[in-house]
Amino acid sequence: MTAQKPAAGLSKRDFTSDQDVRWCPGCGDYSILSNVQKVMPELGVPREKVVFVSGIGCSSRFPYYMNTYGFHTIHGRAPAFATGIKIARPDLSVWVVTGDGDGLSIGGNHLLHTIRRNLDLQILLFNNRVYGLTKGQYSPTSRLGMKSKSSPQGTIDHPVDPVRFALGAGATFVARTVDVDAKHMQETLHRAHAHKGTAFVEILQNCPVFNDGEWAEVEDKKTRDSASLVLRQGQPLVFGDDENRQGIRSEHGRPRLIPLPPGVDPVEAGVTVHDERTDSVAYSYVLAALARPKFPMPIGVFRAVGRPTYEDLLQDQIDEALQQRGRGDLRALLTSGDTWTVGG
Amino acid sequence: MSSKRIEEIANVAIRFAGDSGDGMQLTGTKFTEATALAGNDLSTFPDYPAEIRAPAGSIAGVSGFQIHFASRDIRTPADAPDVLVAMNPAALKANIADLRPQGLLIINSDAFTDRNLKLAHYDEDPLPRLREQFTLVEIPMTRLNREAVKDLTFSQREADRSRNFFALGLMYWLYGRPLDATVQWIKSNFKGETQEANRRVLLAGYHFGETTELFPVSYVVPSAKIEPGRYRNITGNQALAWGIVAAGVQMGRPVFLGAYPITPASDVLHELTRFRHFGVKTFQAEDEIAAAAAAIGAAYAGQLALCTTSGPGMVLKQEALNLAIMTELPLVIIDVQRAGPSTGMPTKVEQGDLLLAMFGRNSDSPLPVIAASTPGDCFHAVLDAFRIAVKYMTPVVVLSDAYLANSSEPWRIPDADSLPRTPVALRKDPSGFEPYARNPETLARDWVAPGTPGLEHRIGGLEKEDVTGGISYSPANHARMQELRVEKVARVAQDVPPAEPTGPDRGDLLVVGWGSTQGAILSAVEEAQGRGHTVSALHLRWLSPLPANLGDVLGRFRRVLVPELNGGQLAMLLRATYLVDAHSLSKVAGQPFKVREIGARIDALLSGEA
Repeated sequence: MTAQKPAAGLSKRDFTSDQDVRWCPGCGDYSILSNVQKVMPELGVPREKVVFVSGIGCSSRFPYYMNTYGFHTIHGRAPAFATGIKIARPDLSVWVVTGDGDGLSIGGNHLLHTIRRNLDLQILLFNNRVYGLTKGQYSPTSRLGMKSKSSPQGTIDHPVDPVRFALGAGATFVARTVDVDAKHMQETLHRAHAHKGTAFVEILQNCPVFNDGEWAEVEDKKTRDSASLVLRQGQPLVFGDDENRQGIRSEHGRPRLIPLPPGVDPVEAGVTVHDERTDSVAYSYVLAALARPKFPMPIGVFRAVGRPTYEDLLQDQIDEALQQRGRGDLRALLTSGDTWTVGG
Repeated sequence: MSSKRIEEIANVAIRFAGDSGDGMQLTGTKFTEATALAGNDLSTFPDYPAEIRAPAGSIAGVSGFQIHFASRDIRTPADAPDVLVAMNPAALKANIADLRPQGLLIINSDAFTDRNLKLAHYDEDPLPRLREQFTLVEIPMTRLNREAVKDLTFSQREADRSRNFFALGLMYWLYGRPLDATVQWIKSNFKGETQEANRRVLLAGYHFGETTELFPVSYVVPSAKIEPGRYRNITGNQALAWGIVAAGVQMGRPVFLGAYPITPASDVLHELTRFRHFGVKTFQAEDEIAAAAAAIGAAYAGQLALCTTSGPGMVLKQEALNLAIMTELPLVIIDVQRAGPSTGMPTKVEQGDLLLAMFGRNSDSPLPVIAASTPGDCFHAVLDAFRIAVKYMTPVVVLSDAYLANSSEPWRIPDADSLPRTPVALRKDPSGFEPYARNPETLARDWVAPGTPGLEHRIGGLEKEDVTGGISYSPANHARMQELRVEKVARVAQDVPPAEPTGPDRGDLLVVGWGSTQGAILSAVEEAQGRGHTVSALHLRWLSPLPANLGDVLGRFRRVLVPELNGGQLAMLLRATYLVDAHSLSKVAGQPFKVREIGARIDALLSGEA
């Protein structure tokens, strides 16, 4: 065992475990793992204070590859395990790694309730819109009509959108990033960690075996500028390359495209300025509902607002109980209320 | 005021019955407290419907509370009440079959209207017939109650709510119970006119007994000779909650409860939320699965973690329990069993989850199971469960049931200093650490909490390599790990006291039981011994693993009888484990055993009829 080093002195290698990584070649998970390992030493958290918790699925193998504490749990329930860990030990930095099937199908209930409680957790949902580990069935985020092993004629269930789900559950921090965009992902991970409360991050991830190219438009350097909209706090909602620049205006809850010829100032042209801190969740929801091919897919932080965390509110109640009643005394408890003595 | 005759009796059982909105549980509880203060031994049986307020006057809405008290040691709420207080025809109809012949039947005659008789499905007035079979006393309680509060500004509806205090006051007089504690309780729990009304009506009931010609005699039940000490009344659920608090104190670790509301276990959650100043964290989860998952998360994080649940919730927790078995984390799961498959009868008793607790998971996945036998024993069972969970790094199931949950008994308060102190040491030392290295005596792995420098490691539900804890699909390793998990639980037998029968250690019949049937079994066996039978009782506390000498003990008796409130689950285990021809006495009526039901089977077996 190596002696503990200060967090500042750690490198990516210190967060890499000795286990062989067993994802398929070309899987988007490799890039996510590498970026998480890269960001970890930059967060200033001692390695022993970091816990990765996962459910079941390809994404959920993640904890085995991190040289931190890790708990690979059962299908869909990772947020509930993480909740117990965080309530027990608020000083730990707890990261949940889940996928679209694990988090939104079997675990949808736990994701909903964990998000609304606003524990100070990071939840990374790898969305590849397919079940990989069970070899290619459609998932709750698969596009309507997708043909898969379990839907040879095409799916007939309407998909759920992770970002809109999180917003609807009352998330205080919601972001989206892309597996191949290292810089953006690292920036997003930093933001998620800095947020006090549940930080929900959807990571668009390619499954080269069962759903290859699902996110090609936003991954490919040639198309991504026109297919995605990068959200920046205080910046207008502008996308496209210089020749074909457009903006988005949110009008009474409906998005409208505004062409931006060269030289036109987007704000003067009426393009909405991004505000992740706005009280109204409706704005974030409009953004999240932007859909290809008519609109670009937003990437970045949709929403970042403050609300007390569950564990802090619980601690307040504990402090209050201690202040009012003093530290619990077992003998006093057992003999409280009506008692009587039988003589010897 | 006439001075009436006072007769001394050794024991009496009273059942209060009325609408679930009539306050019968409260009446019974107050009578129990007064009886405890009078120094009697007692046993109670609250029996109420799951509906919060079924339609007034209907049989579905009848709520009952039976108390048996005596000047000697007693163990059951009695097979048949000597006295039935029926607040309306539905309460009469639902309970009259249990009243002993010639027993005292007290009714609120004002409630016996045509409408209420019809609601109770009586085609004709039942009272003339009952007068011949029982000592019927008809008291216009509604009118007497209204009279007592007539100068208050109450509406009639509000005034009628005090009726149960009239019945309570009357029974206090009839059985010479002290009034003071209840008067004091009314003062501190009610305000204004409600307080005044309840106090007056309680006294009115008491004085009515004193003055009326209806009762020529009142009774006294002298105090019982019970073991010296300080006592309190306690229900099983309260004892569970306090046992949990005590475990945290005695083991020096914070406590975490993950729970989802479910009858009849919810009271443990309610009670524990009051103990934040003991370092107890309670988490009401979104469902039964999340409650188990959060508790396992807390156990992983180094806390004394537990779940409380009942049958349907126990089913949902099994996958999570198997993860706790696989990751070898300490956890306590309390199953307050209730009647029937599916939703069944949520407020009624059954011992139907024994095999579920033992075998309800995929693959071979053993865990220790302990069953509490009395309300007070719930306290000690929880302490024992935590001690074993931590010592052997395993989930442990505690079985209670709906009968223990709500029944109360006088409980000798343990001296806090005399409870076992077993401080828990989590591993901190990184040198030579392997996640699945084991203590050679217990086979437990080390308990390591996140936050400990140098001990970072990964655990999960995939099969582990022996010692290192790395993922392994090796055939030989899997066989080895299965064997280790089984052997570890078997070794808990080191901590299970040997089986010691009550009565002769060999003979014609051994009556083996577990859980809340202890009182009825012991009473039945003692009575059978009185009839000259060579019969003993053996009550099992640990059901997994069983006591090491159990096979020998069973072998010393010609016959074995296993009374259970299920279809014969322990009997099946004993037959399978020891090849013993165990006879099963099964009862699945949602009600506890009556002593005579067990007694009759003992007689039948020993006379060769069965």
